[in-house]
Amino acid sequence: MSNGTQTALAGVTQEQGVPEEIVNDFSIQVATVNGSGSQSANSVLMRSIFLMGVPVSGKNIFPSNIAGLPTWYTIRANQHGYVARRREVDLCIAMNPETARDDVRNVRPGGVAIYEEALNLGTLREDITLYPVPFAKLATQSSPEPKLRKLLANMIYVGVVAELLGIGRDEVVAAIKTQFKSKAKAVELNVMAVDLGIDYVRARLMKRDPFRVVRMGLTAGKIIIDGNSAAALGAMFAGCTVVTWYPITPSSSLCETMIEYFSRYRIDPETGKATFAIVQAEDELAALGMVIGAGWAGARAMTATSGPGISLMGEFAGLAYFTEIPAVVWDIERIGPSTGLPTRTSQGDVLSAFYLSHGDTKHIVLFPSSVEECFEFAGTAFDLAERFQTIVFVLSDLDLGMNNWMAHPFQYPNKPLDRGKVLTRDDLERLGQFERYRDVDGDGIPYRTLPGTQHPLAAYFTRGSGHNEKAGYSERPEDYKNLMDRLLRKMDTARSYVPQPIVDINPNAKIGLIAFGTTDWAVVETRDQLKEEGIESSYLRIRALPFTPGLLEFVERHDRVYVIEQNRDGQMGDLIKLKVGRQCDRIQKVLHYTGHPIDARTITEAVTTAEDQMKEGK
Amino acid sequence: MTTVNPNLPSKTNRLGLPMTEYKGLDSTLCAGCGHDGITSQIVKAFYEYGVEPHRVAKFSGIGCSSKTPAYFIGNSHGFNAVHGRMPAVATGAMLANRTLVGVGVSGDGDTASIGIGQFIHLLRRNIPLIYIIENNGVYGLTKGQFSATADVGSKLKNGIVNELPPIDCCVLAIELGCSYVARSFAGDPKQLVPLIKGAIAHKGTALLDVISPCVTFNNHEGSTKSFKYAKEHEEMLHEIGFVPYFEQIQADYPEGAVKEVELHDGSHIRLRKLDRDYDPSSKPQALQLIRKANELGELITGLLFYDREKKDFIDDLNMMDEPLATLPTSQVRPSREALAEINKEFS
Ligand SMILES: Cc1ncc(C[n+]2csc(CCOP(=O)(O)OP(=O)(O)O)c2C)c(N)n1
Ligand code: SF4
Ligand SMILES: [Mg+2]
Repeated sequence: MSNGTQTALAGVTQEQGVPEEIVNDFSIQVATVNGSGSQSANSVLMRSIFLMGVPVSGKNIFPSNIAGLPTWYTIRANQHGYVARRREVDLCIAMNPETARDDVRNVRPGGVAIYEEALNLGTLREDITLYPVPFAKLATQSSPEPKLRKLLANMIYVGVVAELLGIGRDEVVAAIKTQFKSKAKAVELNVMAVDLGIDYVRARLMKRDPFRVVRMGLTAGKIIIDGNSAAALGAMFAGCTVVTWYPITPSSSLCETMIEYFSRYRIDPETGKATFAIVQAEDELAALGMVIGAGWAGARAMTATSGPGISLMGEFAGLAYFTEIPAVVWDIERIGPSTGLPTRTSQGDVLSAFYLSHGDTKHIVLFPSSVEECFEFAGTAFDLAERFQTIVFVLSDLDLGMNNWMAHPFQYPNKPLDRGKVLTRDDLERLGQFERYRDVDGDGIPYRTLPGTQHPLAAYFTRGSGHNEKAGYSERPEDYKNLMDRLLRKMDTARSYVPQPIVDINPNAKIGLIAFGTTDWAVVETRDQLKEEGIESSYLRIRALPFTPGLLEFVERHDRVYVIEQNRDGQMGDLIKLKVGRQCDRIQKVLHYTGHPIDARTITEAVTTAEDQMKEGK
Repeated sequence: MTTVNPNLPSKTNRLGLPMTEYKGLDSTLCAGCGHDGITSQIVKAFYEYGVEPHRVAKFSGIGCSSKTPAYFIGNSHGFNAVHGRMPAVATGAMLANRTLVGVGVSGDGDTASIGIGQFIHLLRRNIPLIYIIENNGVYGLTKGQFSATADVGSKLKNGIVNELPPIDCCVLAIELGCSYVARSFAGDPKQLVPLIKGAIAHKGTALLDVISPCVTFNNHEGSTKSFKYAKEHEEMLHEIGFVPYFEQIQADYPEGAVKEVELHDGSHIRLRKLDRDYDPSSKPQALQLIRKANELGELITGLLFYDREKKDFIDDLNMMDEPLATLPTSQVRPSREALAEINKEFS
């Protein structure tokens, strides 16, 4: 418990006795104003809990704005390792005067609110513990510079929370050192601010809430990283050489991280020259056009964007598909076009990515759910793009891409790069023939040559869908149909090459759950919640399109299959319905589309309600 | 120049290749189309210069003009991209393999209408690429609508008159730092061939805006892009000669009559003075010249602007000399130690 002096505070309800402790299981919401520099304080708080050995996740809910609008950061600590968003707020730190009342009202009964004393929120709630703290006043002690003071005020709340929850000062200091990359002056200032918070709690507050952090050993050896950085690193270790991009939240940080790490690790030591080209393009059309040009010439090329960029890439996506050129596009999904909710998460691009372009196109799409998979799939995407000579989309989302996640350290890729069916000069010499679009191996995948190959057989002319097997211009019906059928065959071959779903069959389960991407984290928790309510479930996590062979079997095994996703229309659900044909009645959709990451309770409620209705119906 | 090999066709270039090696498929364009004239001059220039066909990469967008890469240098890779987007595709390919000799062919619609954005950014970057606009003032392939280079007052076959100001691609190029800018006419092979050769020798974007009449939709009375109009209004800036780096320069001209422009590979362009003194290294002079000619309705042709010092995009990016596309894994996958170090950073 608190080891500080116990002082009664005006306007705060006195609790009778000590509530039962809640250890390593709570959510914190920090409400600030964006642009106020709270991001580092939030990261430090999250990392401190991580260093206490308690599984933790952090999610930033931010506006499309540079400074001055409300921002929330939620941290969830959970001893069972659940890291999905929690719907309920246990502890609120209300630093934004504008939203403070709502923020405090939002705390679940029995929770805690820490707020700026001057806001006088003492009478707002009777059913939670209130801790007023004079942050502004304390901050004046931290620095003579007003600008610095504002930043340090954030670090003061880290000290307050740490002391109230029992997070060790050593852990906080270590987290500060990581955050400020050991810049001595910054570390010193921030530690001083944290101490102001700690000292204030010790001197003036009495611990009256049940929440505590107790050291565990569950995070040892792990790392904390966001999905975009993981993807950038994955691509770097996968031999990516050409990167093009046009800035758009939430994908920009992916390419910015690439610039940072490629400049460090991809400069040839002998010549001092870059083994890569990163280009900020004029728009997303150009970004994908460059990727296609580079892929045609043999480079591992990629771009990263979000929904609006995907829309612009439509024509080029079809060109890559029909000309059979490797290209990798990361789509860090967000909501909607234009203004609206561009900084909120979504899984709304499933259909648009899968079918992007005109005239019978469909593409390989990968769905990483974790930062480890972002790292891994960055390489997988290149291997698939080059093996299948096609465009590959990787659908991440804002939640995965921009938030911090705990993860195992990345594994060094031990597989050689799969550069696909590329014929060299020697191959051509040996074979004595080459037809660019002929299905030599029966798998739908033709062979290609790269420009610059010095052999009289090497050259061919690349053009849209009007070509025959020799890449000659053709409008003959047989040639076109032949091409279309082969492309379909190629897609069929891809089914067994793409990342297979992760399937957990529970033999007692009557229901199956299907999800993909970040929804996974909530589903894992949902399954435990359902179990507590007596509902057993099986789970299939989709990791790629086109669908892999086991999907139909999974659906047939279960009376009802809930497809859970973060979009309004149940896009994956629709694709599954098309796929399973007569079994489509078994498919039910659980949909979440608020812009906030999905949480387990929402899914559990939807499934139990549906199951109850089923029972009543019988 | 070359030793005689009895097995070779009677006439070959310095690589021992006959002109036919620089040809492509038969053209399917309308008989007499200006674009076919340009194709012939490309064939001639590459043949005479002696570029190895496999080192060439051809790019185009969509349009009659954009079909033409299929009609030259058949033994090189070609890429017919989508409408207006050739610059991006060419940029990507040249980044992937900097050793290629890139030739892009586009139309005035492809470049100045739908593709103006990509065109502008290609120029800004100074991508190493020969960029030929086959400029006929109309959309040939979609049957004769005005393009953005149509002159004010020029008339379509159906009588519609263009009221909008034209985009001058050479002015744009000069403004945006393009390092080699020329204007020519499909009906003037003597000028076009050395200009293309100069473009081959140049490092950076070489823009050639070539008036290339569409005989089917824009060759009538009232058109300012017809053969007749171009012939009547062509004003040659200078007479152009090209001396490749592998040939001796001979100074057989009187003092002051010829300007020698040295190109990156050591070749020279020779500008023989006609009516005026013209220095293609001055941006303001070039811009003023073109604007004035446009006002007078003159078609000014020749090497309008040249800047040897301008860095190209490959230099800007400090790229390896070898093609990025085929670097071995050891050069593109950092070490185990590097990953361990990075993991530590995030722990
Ligand atoms: C996105 C798109 N829009 C429209 C077209 C139709 N289209 C084909 S060629 C062309 C104009 C070509 O004009 P230009 O580039 O001047 O070439 P020309 O045929 O005159 O040589 C148009 C509009 C297309 N292919 N793609
Ligand atoms: S329509 Fe015009 S531009 Fe097209 S091929 Fe015929 S003459 Fe040439
Ligand atoms: Mg045209």
